[in-house]
Amino acid sequence: MDWLNTISRTFFDVDSMIEVLPQLLGVGLLNTLIISIAATILGVVMGMVVAVMGISRSKWLRIPARIYTDLFRGLPAILTILLIGQGFARFSQSVFGPSPYPLGIIALSLIASAYIGEIFRAGIQSVDKGQGEACRALGMSYSKSMALVVVPQGVRRVLPALVNQFIAIVKDSSLVYFLGLLVSERELFRVGQDAAVLSGNLSPLVMAGIFYLVITVPLTHLVNYFDNKFRTGRRRPAAPTSGLKEVKELDAASPLITGSNT
Amino acid sequence: MNLTSSSNTASSSTSTNMSADKSTAKDKSASNNPAADVQTFHGSSLELRNLTMAYGDVDVLRNVSLTVAPGTTTCIIGPSGSGKSTLLRGVNRLHEPKSGDVLLAGESALKVKPDILRARIGMVFQHFNLFPDHTALENVALALWSVKGMSKKEARERAQRRLAEVGLAERADHRPRDLSGGQQQRVAIARALAMEPEVMLFDEATSALDPELVKGVLNLMAGLGRRGMTMLVVTHEMGFARKVADQVVFMDEGEVVEVGTPAELFDNPRSERLQRFLSEVL
Repeated sequence: MDWLNTISRTFFDVDSMIEVLPQLLGVGLLNTLIISIAATILGVVMGMVVAVMGISRSKWLRIPARIYTDLFRGLPAILTILLIGQGFARFSQSVFGPSPYPLGIIALSLIASAYIGEIFRAGIQSVDKGQGEACRALGMSYSKSMALVVVPQGVRRVLPALVNQFIAIVKDSSLVYFLGLLVSERELFRVGQDAAVLSGNLSPLVMAGIFYLVITVPLTHLVNYFDNKFRTGRRRPAAPTSGLKEVKELDAASPLITGSNT
Repeated sequence: MNLTSSSNTASSSTSTNMSADKSTAKDKSASNNPAADVQTFHGSSLELRNLTMAYGDVDVLRNVSLTVAPGTTTCIIGPSGSGKSTLLRGVNRLHEPKSGDVLLAGESALKVKPDILRARIGMVFQHFNLFPDHTALENVALALWSVKGMSKKEARERAQRRLAEVGLAERADHRPRDLSGGQQQRVAIARALAMEPEVMLFDEATSALDPELVKGVLNLMAGLGRRGMTMLVVTHEMGFARKVADQVVFMDEGEVVEVGTPAELFDNPRSERLQRFLSEVL
C-alpha cells in the first residue's frame, strides 16, 4: 500500500495542514471574503447600470452596454485582471498607494458586472409588460415605474442567479494573486500555495480548498432554498371556498356602489 | 336586485343583472346615503377626431371620430382585433396615435406630457396588472405618493377609503395572489379611482373573471357611471352595454361601424355587419 501512503502524505499531511490553519483563517479567509464581497457589491451596482442601459430605448445607451458586456464576459478573467492590475498600476499608486489589492477588486468587479448586468437584464425583461403599462397608465414616469415596480420584481426573480455569481467571484478571487500581493493581503489560494512550497507537499492547498468549499457549498444550498421558496411558496394554502362568499361580500360592501342590491 | 324597474331587462339575454334605470338609481343614492363621504365624480368630456393608430406599417385604427359627453358611459363592442383596445390605448397614449387628435376636456391630449395626461385618465386592464409584491393597499397608494406627491400616510389613508368603497376594506393587507380575480379587479379599479381621474377606460375588465364575479364588478362600474364618471368601456358584456351605456359604439376592422344609443344599436341595428354580430352574440 505504498501509493496510499504517498497520497496521504501529499494531500492529507495533518501536520502541515494544522500549521497553515491560523494563516488561512486570519489572513486568507479574511482577504478572500473582503475581495469577493467588495467585488460583488461593486459588480451589482455597475451591473444594474449596465442592465438599465441595456434595455433602454436609446441606442446610445444600449450599444455601449452591449459592448461592455461582450468585452468583459468574453475575455478570460486572468487576462482582464492582469491588464487592469498592471495597466493601471501607476494610476492606482497615486490613488490607493502601492498595493495592487484595490485594482484586483476593481478588475474582478468589472468582470462580475458584465455577468450580473446580463442576469439583471434577463430578470427585468421577464417581468410582465402589463406591470410597466399599469404604472404608466397611473401617470408614473418610465424611470419611476422601473425603480418602484419593474426592477424590484426582476431582481427578486434572479436572486438565485446572483448567489451563483457570488460563488463564481469567490473562486475567481484567487486569480488576484497574479498581481503580487503583500504578505498580509494574501487570499486563501496564495496562503495555501506559499505554505505548500515550504512544506513540500500539497496538503496546505487542500486545506485552502476546504475553506473555499466551506464558503461555496452552503451558498449553493442557499440558492436551492431561494429557488424553492420563490417557486412554490407563492400562495397561502386555503380551503375550497364557495364563490357565493365573495358575491355576498360585494353585495354587503356598499349599496351605493353596487347599485340597488339591498 | 331590482329587475322590474329596468326598461331593458325583459329583452336582455345575458345573465348580467344591472341595476335599475339611471334616474331612479341617482335618486336612490341621494336619498338613502349611508356613507357621507361617498365620492361623486366630475368626469370630463372626451373627443376623438380622425384618430388613426398603427403598429408598424399596419393601420389598426382608421379615422375614428367619437364624442363622449362628460359623465356619460360609452361602451365599445365588436369582434376581437377590431381595434377596441387600441383605441383605449390611444386615448391615454400608452400607444402613440399616428394621426388625428384626442381632446380631453376640450384640449388636445397630444400636446400634454404623456405622464401628466395619464394621471388624469384611469385605466383598468383585462388581467388586472396589480403589482404582485405590493399589498392591495400599497397597490392603491403607490401612485398617490409617487405621482401625486402625497405623504405616504395621506396616501395610505386615501387608499384605505377607496378600498372600502369597493368592498375590500378588510383585505387591504392581502397580496394580489391571495385575492380572487374579482377582488383583484376591484383593487385595480380602486387604484385607478384613487388618482381622481376625469375619465376611466376599461379594457375588457371582466373577461378574465369567474362568471359569478362578473356581475359584482360590472355593478361597480355602473355605479361609477351613475356618480358622474366619464367612462369608455370596451366590453363583451352586451347586457351591460345595453343597460348602462349612454352610447354604444360598434367597431370592426379598425373602424367605427355604428354609433348610437343602446336601443338604436341593439334593437334597430342599421348596418348588416352589426346585425350579423348581434345575431351571433345574443
